[in-house]
Amino acid sequence: MFKLLPDAAGATVTVVISGRGVAVPEGCTAAAAMLMHGAGITRTTPVSGEGRTPYCMMGVCFECLMEIDGEPNQQGCLVIVREGMRIAPQLGKPGAKL
Amino acid sequence: MQADLAIVGAGPAGLSAAVSAAAAGLGVVVLDEQPVPGGQIYRNIETLAATRPAHLQWLGPDYAAGVALLRRFRECGATYLPMTQVWQVGHDGRVYYRRNIGHEGAVGIVHARKVLIATGAMERPLPVPGWTLPGVMSCGAAQTLLKASGLAPEGRFVLAGCGPLLLLLAAQLIRAGRPPAALLETSYDLWGALPHLPGMLGLPAYLMKGLGLLREIRSAGVPFHRGVTRLVIKGPGRAREIEFDAGGRTFTEAVDLVFLHQGVVPNGNLALSTDIRHRWDELQKCFQPELDAWGRSSSDMVHVAGDAGGIVGAVGAAAMGEVAGLAAAADLGRIDAAALEQRSAAARRLLGRHRAARPFLDRLYRPQQQWVAPTDPDTVICRCEEIRAGDVRRLVAAQNCPGPNQMKSFMRCGMGPCQGRLCGLTAVELIAETRGQTPAEIGYYRIRAPIKPVTLGDMAALDVPSRHDAVNP
Ligand SMILES: Cc1cc2nc3c(=O)[nH]c(=O)nc-3n(C[C@H](O)[C@H](O)[C@H](O)COP(=O)(O)OP(=O)(O)OC[C@H]3O[C@@H](n4cnc5c(N)ncnc54)[C@H](O)[C@@H]3O)c2cc1C
Ligand code: FES
Repeated sequence: MFKLLPDAAGATVTVVISGRGVAVPEGCTAAAAMLMHGAGITRTTPVSGEGRTPYCMMGVCFECLMEIDGEPNQQGCLVIVREGMRIAPQLGKPGAKL
Repeated sequence: MQADLAIVGAGPAGLSAAVSAAAAGLGVVVLDEQPVPGGQIYRNIETLAATRPAHLQWLGPDYAAGVALLRRFRECGATYLPMTQVWQVGHDGRVYYRRNIGHEGAVGIVHARKVLIATGAMERPLPVPGWTLPGVMSCGAAQTLLKASGLAPEGRFVLAGCGPLLLLLAAQLIRAGRPPAALLETSYDLWGALPHLPGMLGLPAYLMKGLGLLREIRSAGVPFHRGVTRLVIKGPGRAREIEFDAGGRTFTEAVDLVFLHQGVVPNGNLALSTDIRHRWDELQKCFQPELDAWGRSSSDMVHVAGDAGGIVGAVGAAAMGEVAGLAAAADLGRIDAAALEQRSAAARRLLGRHRAARPFLDRLYRPQQQWVAPTDPDTVICRCEEIRAGDVRRLVAAQNCPGPNQMKSFMRCGMGPCQGRLCGLTAVELIAETRGQTPAEIGYYRIRAPIKPVTLGDMAALDVPSRHDAVNP
């Protein structure tokens, strides 16, 4: 959904999004990493199971709740990636599995 | 950790307050949940200026102006805690926080003699049919991705809503070589704003800047639809199409992404949770803390500066921060009344000019009723609990429900993880409209700490008495 501007390329780190290793810019957030790779769906809602993308990217909407390194309920737009970080969408209620 | 002044928020207001308070001799601690200082406008400015200075060109001079403020902040001697979320401020001066969110988080308390809330603004939600579909985000989110990581939207996208930031983002994207497919403006009232023009004339450069943005958008050939009266985003599965009415005609655009914006309102949950007095502002259509000219609230402990106290814009926020920092120093006896008057004089004059200019902008882009109280009953208003506009209207009519707190006890609107941040103002407008009252009469959600997610373990670690109503307001 989002792409690096051609002149913005710099250092990268490798993160694991839903089991797949991908390179993302150093210093970006887990939510930004998800928006760069894949459908950008960071969670499905506990009520209807609809997919959601991050809405505000500044910590207020909580649409970016995801599982980071196995921990559910993390606000992905506030968490800076680091090498090897495991990122996965949060499906339905915290801790629910596919 | 001890501090004379704890400042929550490292945007222009918090940073300037830190500089002026530290210069007046206060020991200052600044806490901010972001990884880098700068707040919403100066997001990532230090790193960006160092690593991709070319981007400063198209992000514009108002953004680049942050470099100088950040330099003064780094030199002022304040302690800065990044990636630190404040979830409670007590009237005893305790500031409860969680550090290093997402990593090995740790909780702690700053014991402060004064607390300055400078939590800034958030975008006013624009609840329209389909706004919860994947691929619909806010304009601020797109701008944040540009500033923070150099990420631009892919594919075909439109910007919709109203406010200066909508136009600024369009211009920034055009300059970055990623113009939107169309710009849809929902609220704009030049006639209503004209009586406020004299105040705006005190800042002629801003007026020219606004006109410049419009020219830039038009000359880039981006279709600009003013006076949009209906907006529907359609799936299935993700945003694929946007349908809108303008000038008596219906249009559709194929899209991959949609960015919505409807002005900004105070990011108020922290201030609200301290129970300081708030009032409704009809021009800005939001609740704001009641403050004196120095940023003092109804509590001796709590001061507020910047957009958190009512929208004043970045330069106004910085000026107000400077004033509030000095006032805190005066209240704590570090400078006397004469020094306060004299040192804050320039900042107060600047703040006065920015305050005077606001009503013109507020009125020009004040959202019309249908955009704050959706008429379509199926439009989701509470994104967390998926409560729809019709659910609220029906409940209020059928149960004679008097306000948002009573509504909460009937349905879960406002009780999800965002704690009402994204539905609060919409719920108030819907209830007010249905009951034939004003938002001022209806009031807002009672916001209780913790205002950010904390675990019972966190509370136990800090020996905070655990209140079940606090964990699940
Ligand atoms: C997304 C967005 C983008 C904007 N972009 C522009 C722009 O490009 N140009 C412009 O002129 N204006 C812009 N604005 C308007 C902008 O809000 C103001 O001009 C200016 O940033 C206000 O300064 P401030 O210091 O009051 O608050 P902010 O700059 O918003 O800073 C508040 C800070 O508080 C922190 N914070 C909030 N709550 C907590 C908490 N509980 N714990 C810890 N930290 C917390 C936030 O992380 C943030 O860094 C934007 C607003 C938004 C919402
Ligand atoms: S995207 Fe809104 S809180 Fe993260």
